[in-house]
Amino acid sequence: MKLIFERSVEGRRTFQMPASTFPKKELPDALKRKQQARLPELSEVAISRHYTQLAKQAFGVNSGFYPLGSCTMKYNPRVNEVVAGLPGFARMHPLQPKDTAKGCHEVLDRARKVLCEITGMDDMTFQPAAGAHGEYVGLLLMKKYHEKRGDTQRTRVLIPDSAHGTNPASAAMVGFTVTHLPSDSEGCVDLEALKANLDDTVAGLMLTNPNTVGIFDPNILEITRLVHEAGGLNYYDGANLNAIMGWVRPGDMGFDIVHLNLHKTFSTPHGGGGPGAGPVGCKERLRPFLPHSHMGEERNADSVGQVRAFYGNFLVVARALTYALTLGKEGITQTSGMAVLNANYLMRKIEPYFTPYYNRICMHEFVISLDKIKRQKGVGALDVAKCLLDYGMHPPTMYFPLIVPEALMVEPTETENRETLDDAAKAFGQIHQMIQDNPDSLHDCPTTTPIGRPDEVGAARNPIVRYSFPD
Amino acid sequence: MGSYLPSTQNEQKQMLEAIGLKELKDLFVDVPKKVLLKDSVDIKPGLSELGVRREMERIAAKNTVFQTVLRGAGTYDHHIPAIVSTVTAKEEFLTTYTPYQAEISQGVLQSIFEYQTMICELTGMDVSNASVYDGASAAAEAVMMTQTRARERVFVASTAHPEVIETIRTYCWGREVPFELIPQKNGLLDLSALENLPADTACVYVQQPNFFGLFEEAGQAAELAHKAGAKAIMGVYPISLGICKSPGELGFDIAVGEGQPLGIPMSWGGPYLGFMAAKKDMMRMLPGRIAGETKDKQGRRAYVLTLQAREQHIRREKASSNVCTNQALCAMTAAVYMAAMGPQGMAEVAQLNYEAAHYFAEELGKLKGFKRVHKAEFFNEFLTECPMDVHKFEKEMAKRGILCGLTVDDKLLWCVTEKMDKQAIDEVIDIIKEVSGK
Repeated sequence: MKLIFERSVEGRRTFQMPASTFPKKELPDALKRKQQARLPELSEVAISRHYTQLAKQAFGVNSGFYPLGSCTMKYNPRVNEVVAGLPGFARMHPLQPKDTAKGCHEVLDRARKVLCEITGMDDMTFQPAAGAHGEYVGLLLMKKYHEKRGDTQRTRVLIPDSAHGTNPASAAMVGFTVTHLPSDSEGCVDLEALKANLDDTVAGLMLTNPNTVGIFDPNILEITRLVHEAGGLNYYDGANLNAIMGWVRPGDMGFDIVHLNLHKTFSTPHGGGGPGAGPVGCKERLRPFLPHSHMGEERNADSVGQVRAFYGNFLVVARALTYALTLGKEGITQTSGMAVLNANYLMRKIEPYFTPYYNRICMHEFVISLDKIKRQKGVGALDVAKCLLDYGMHPPTMYFPLIVPEALMVEPTETENRETLDDAAKAFGQIHQMIQDNPDSLHDCPTTTPIGRPDEVGAARNPIVRYSFPD
Repeated sequence: MGSYLPSTQNEQKQMLEAIGLKELKDLFVDVPKKVLLKDSVDIKPGLSELGVRREMERIAAKNTVFQTVLRGAGTYDHHIPAIVSTVTAKEEFLTTYTPYQAEISQGVLQSIFEYQTMICELTGMDVSNASVYDGASAAAEAVMMTQTRARERVFVASTAHPEVIETIRTYCWGREVPFELIPQKNGLLDLSALENLPADTACVYVQQPNFFGLFEEAGQAAELAHKAGAKAIMGVYPISLGICKSPGELGFDIAVGEGQPLGIPMSWGGPYLGFMAAKKDMMRMLPGRIAGETKDKQGRRAYVLTLQAREQHIRREKASSNVCTNQALCAMTAAVYMAAMGPQGMAEVAQLNYEAAHYFAEELGKLKGFKRVHKAEFFNEFLTECPMDVHKFEKEMAKRGILCGLTVDDKLLWCVTEKMDKQAIDEVIDIIKEVSGK
């Protein structure tokens, strides 16, 4: 497909500014740009068609089944988009006088109330723009908490080896060192290893529960108790909250800090990789350290500061609130219940072909491993994923978590119906048959997509990251 | 009430039976009894679509939507061409995730590649990432890019946006990096403070135009940074780049900025777009996603996420940043905006902002008590005195449907965009006359 620059013809226009009604005024020459930006020049219809072509080569939740583990690709309700587009929200300047923005503050207040209730937290900031940004804020709270107590030797964070890569990366950004905790044979925290690592240098623990293999850690109360006893804080990575809403709360499990991914659990669209929102909730004793908007809010003397401008991804929060109000008490509980049921149903449907790596009741997602098949038949997780593309579905997450070799991580979400799950299981069954009959054929998949497998090594070795104009 | 769950009660029962269970509760066996909720959480019953819409509209109605916005300070009220939102509302773009599966994501990947190229062209830089959260976090991430073992100290313009300064300060506190403000004189940076930078200086951050709308001697600041062996970062207002010297032309190593003016509604502060571009030698230090061109097995042109060895999912605690998601849809918005404007349109909108703001400043200057505070050249924002209590003035203007300049102590920071024509400005001037009695 042509790049937008390859469709450009000098002099073509889309939007034209009205003629100036002001006295002519020239920018001083010393400030003037000499080299004009070579932006594309197209008619409006050409732009419209260009992006329509691009849209045809994109795959969204609306295109088909999207069981991308850990990403919670649930349906994005349309009423949320309508609400986000209301001029009363979209046309608000963040530095308007407070009494002209009462509605915006009410959105944050009500979202805070609902989300604190769901997570069992006492307060919440909406400033973080994404999950990783939320982790960063959570760790800043942890750092400040220990600093205020003069406990500055606490610079170590315990992170299970099954964790998302953002966990250790966020820890490094606040100057903490990372101690990786091994997982036990069930993919849960190895209690003995935890105990062995707890001392007065531990700032806290970062944990996802249910964890990244889709299992609710049955020792959770023991784990959080041990960390507290050692003087550390417990951080809850909310990536997998969709499994437990209305059933159990991180605050009751012993967590002090929680980040949420509103673009996962609260149905706001992923937008091709953002914008999301990663609000951070905390218990009372951490409240004084929450971030604030320097120009928009009263400064709390002990605040960690701010991590972006203004109040956060406000329109994402407005969508999430719309969703939470729609679901309400019953809907919240049903949603998580069905997310877990769909995962278990699909896991058992796939089981005849691919055995779950941890063969027990899972939460909202489960992991299969292609390790044995890879050794026997030379077909790995990548091959199966690419083959699934030919069945018109988005593949599961590949090669994560790292503790499962040749992993495929499947998260169907609650918004899928039974037929979709049955069809997906059938696809897995047919792929399993292909592996028996003609394993080599899988290396050629996909065959029905606009391109075949791209040369990623070449892309990294010889990076072309922008268009080169012919001149 | 609404739930978006397709399964009927009957189906739910059958699915539970199929896996050998009786009720949903049986799925939560691993949750300790002590903390398993008996009756969900304490929130209100759900609403219908009609009900929730009514509720949210009621909340939105408590806000004042100003028809005339003369306030910028980080968020700008620019015209958004109609094509922009129709493109980004496409469900394939809206509901997809990070393009991990390149074979079915060429549309998204190509759009990022095109966005990166446009940002490079606008800023005069060699490479761009796929965006970060907003302008302030982009500035902080840029500062972190320049960190080396021997060079940590960060010098930030005191004339930059206060929230950008605070964000950089937080990131520096987190990483335990020395942070210093460059002093100002008459609204501009006092560049003599950069004459003898210490040997451990990592970077100098300058904003152009600065918070007061003024043009800094930015090129000279970059030169002084380089003289000390440090990197120079410029935070820039993208609309100004239609006519003003680019960070590349001014000799900067990294360009960042708030992309909101490029077609994104003001949205009470977010979601916005942090753009980040750099000179080639800093490519592998860039945080976040980068789309790159390659070929598939059959030699067809293809796009992928590339240079992933920098990123958290590979490098974990040694990654260049923890950034995972970017603001993809906002980046696409900016790309469609720039395509709709074209080089000519970008120059026109910048020129119009410049002329409108200068006309307004001139007319305002004719009234008593609204003297400009600074003498230096400005783009489309400027600071004036106010002949009455600023908060009272703000309130009176608000009553008349006008969001006036931002109150900065006892002064006003005005911003004028292309949305105002001469007639509109003349009308505002009359209202200001009436309100201030001048």
